[in-house]
Amino acid sequence: MAAPRLFRPTARLLSSRLASTPLRPAFRQSACAPSVLRSRGYATEGGPKEVTVRDALNEALAEELESNQKTFVLGEEVAQYNGAYKVTRGLLDRFGPKRVIDTPITEAGFCGLAVGAALAGLHPICEFMTFNFAMQAIDQIINSAAKTHYMSGGIQPCNVTFRGPNGFAAGVAAQHSQDYSAWYGSIPGLKVVSPWSSEDAKGLLKAAIRDPNPVVVLENELMYGQAFPMSEASQKNDFVLPIGKAKIERPGKDLTIVSVSRCVGQSLNAAAELKQKYGVEAEVVNLRSIKPLDVETVIASLKKTGRLMVVESGFPMFGVSSEIMALSMEYGFDYLTAPAVRVTGAEVPTPYAVGLENMSFPQEDTVVSQAAKLLRL
Amino acid sequence: MWTATRATLLPLRAHRSISRRGLAQVADISNIPPENDKKFTVPIPDTSFETYNFDPPAYSVETTKNELRQLYRDMTMIRRLELAADGLYKERKIRGFCHLSTGQEAVAVGIEHAISREDKLITAYRSHGFTLMRGGTIKSILGELLGRRDGIAHGKGGSMHMYARSFFGGNGIVGANVPLGTGIAFAQQYNDTDNVTINLYGDGAANQGQVHESYNMAKLWNLPVIFGCENNKYGMGTSAERASAMTEYYKRAQYIPGLRVDGMDVLAVIAAVRHGREYVKAGNGPLLYEYATYRYAGHSMSDPGIAYRSRDELQQQRANDPIGNLKTRLVDWGVLTEDEAKSIDREVRNTVGQEVRQAEQMPAPEATPRILFEDIYVPGSEPAQRRGRTVDETWY
Repeated sequence: MAAPRLFRPTARLLSSRLASTPLRPAFRQSACAPSVLRSRGYATEGGPKEVTVRDALNEALAEELESNQKTFVLGEEVAQYNGAYKVTRGLLDRFGPKRVIDTPITEAGFCGLAVGAALAGLHPICEFMTFNFAMQAIDQIINSAAKTHYMSGGIQPCNVTFRGPNGFAAGVAAQHSQDYSAWYGSIPGLKVVSPWSSEDAKGLLKAAIRDPNPVVVLENELMYGQAFPMSEASQKNDFVLPIGKAKIERPGKDLTIVSVSRCVGQSLNAAAELKQKYGVEAEVVNLRSIKPLDVETVIASLKKTGRLMVVESGFPMFGVSSEIMALSMEYGFDYLTAPAVRVTGAEVPTPYAVGLENMSFPQEDTVVSQAAKLLRL
Repeated sequence: MWTATRATLLPLRAHRSISRRGLAQVADISNIPPENDKKFTVPIPDTSFETYNFDPPAYSVETTKNELRQLYRDMTMIRRLELAADGLYKERKIRGFCHLSTGQEAVAVGIEHAISREDKLITAYRSHGFTLMRGGTIKSILGELLGRRDGIAHGKGGSMHMYARSFFGGNGIVGANVPLGTGIAFAQQYNDTDNVTINLYGDGAANQGQVHESYNMAKLWNLPVIFGCENNKYGMGTSAERASAMTEYYKRAQYIPGLRVDGMDVLAVIAAVRHGREYVKAGNGPLLYEYATYRYAGHSMSDPGIAYRSRDELQQQRANDPIGNLKTRLVDWGVLTEDEAKSIDREVRNTVGQEVRQAEQMPAPEATPRILFEDIYVPGSEPAQRRGRTVDETWY
């Protein structure tokens, strides 16, 4: 009976992961102080501040719960336990059990309940402990949430946000380590965002909650503890990022690297190494949004550099990178000076042993070597 | 509140034939007033309900002559609507799926007459009658079935996807609408409204896991929902007995009180739902109702409905027709004469005939990208582009 529970993230797993990160004090701070108060503090102090992705998400949730009474958070262990990954930490204390709701471990049921509440006019924020478990509920996300507005001829909107960690996680094997970007990204009626940095996390989650359509927010467990500088503007409670706009994280002229979520960081490190090793300037595009996809930014960058590489951690077949490469054929073929390439997850159920796991997902040296090959360096 | 179960081990069909015999015994017209809008009480057979941890409703319904006639008219209207759909389908004017509810009219009509416009209702794919009762017009429903621009969902939804105020469809995935209905009830509780959600599904869906997940959350959080299993004896072409380990669907959420209602008797349905609505509104938590009914047609238009049941059975069930049932009583009670019934029939037939013609006159949606791509997203929040079949057909 207890065995399946062990596979869900446990407190022990979480604390060991946190202990290994030097940024724990920042996390602690968020746990104690209400986010909005703290962000007000930042605003008066002025200037950028280091904030973890976890805290940025927590702040986004707190601000939206504060400003919109129709929003509520539900999911497994989001309330009393403060969230399996502590993203919802402190929300129960602050907003009470009406707005922060622990559910039974029945994804199809509580996801369907969230969608139903959205059809009835509320703005639910449905947390999946991880998106691996959302497969139990994917019918509700696609058939009930994404399609209803269209099927009803526009009379029945569904303002619901689905969020949780997605994709690569460390040492959890095949059933708990899969990227669903392509799955949700293919569905008309859904919007899908996937943040990398803390600003991404806060701005995209707030945009998702405010968007009147069903939005899937694909976070990454391994990013939660990472800290990023947040600008003064992004610390304010009116900070929202537009869904469907990519961000050029690093300008360059020799190669376009399009990436998303955790792979953006890897791509940036790879770009730095390419510069150092070969003097090459790679432009790194952080997609931020899977659907709608910012075709314009990708193609503009491709036209500038003439070379395209996509880095993401999904399975290779029929994936996000497949889509971007197809778009590059349709809109950018004449500008490419070399065939576009992709670095993706391997076509294998994620293995447990670390050496094999490393071979299953993009690593920085994979990106560097593929780029060197593409550029014939 | 937790009364003993009214023990009965009678199989459903036996239960129904008893209820039919019971009808004749309860005719009591002594208290029927001459005024059309004056309230009085009519009895319903004492075989109308079977309970599970639940006090049965009173075996009578307060009503008026006008309402009784309206019940007859509403059920006749649904019957005619379905027959019109049947005809249009056979003329190949309706495409794809079309699930008819002939035989089950008393459930849709009885529920509507027991709830308010602010109460919410959600059902599965056998939804034409509910759409009509929730305020959809005949022509908007037929227009939708015909795939017309002025159909109730502008020709985007078809038979299974029609919506109206306080009506959440029309849902095509067996069982998936039950968590949705539970969420609608959750929203009612969240907004502190004094209303209930009628959450309907079939005997086939009753075996779905997410239906049981919904029972659990509804009871856990005391949600104002009346689950309703419309047991028409067959989940598609498989009989309830061949699909369910236990066919007493009103007992299947063991911790939720249940009631089996004679779903062929519109007055019993009204009595049951009014009673349940008060119980739920008083904060007592969810209920699980089973409406014992019967589908005359096949599962869908592609199913003649004879491979898995005998003609004898069908004939026997048709003798227990919900419309005929009510008419017999209304005539017995002097509420309606045979002539008046015939004139209602004629008026309904003419109305539906007219609306069929109007629906057929409706234009189809223009086959343009603007119409094709509209309403995928809420207006004002659409992506910059939606891709068509080719890059050239991309819609900006």
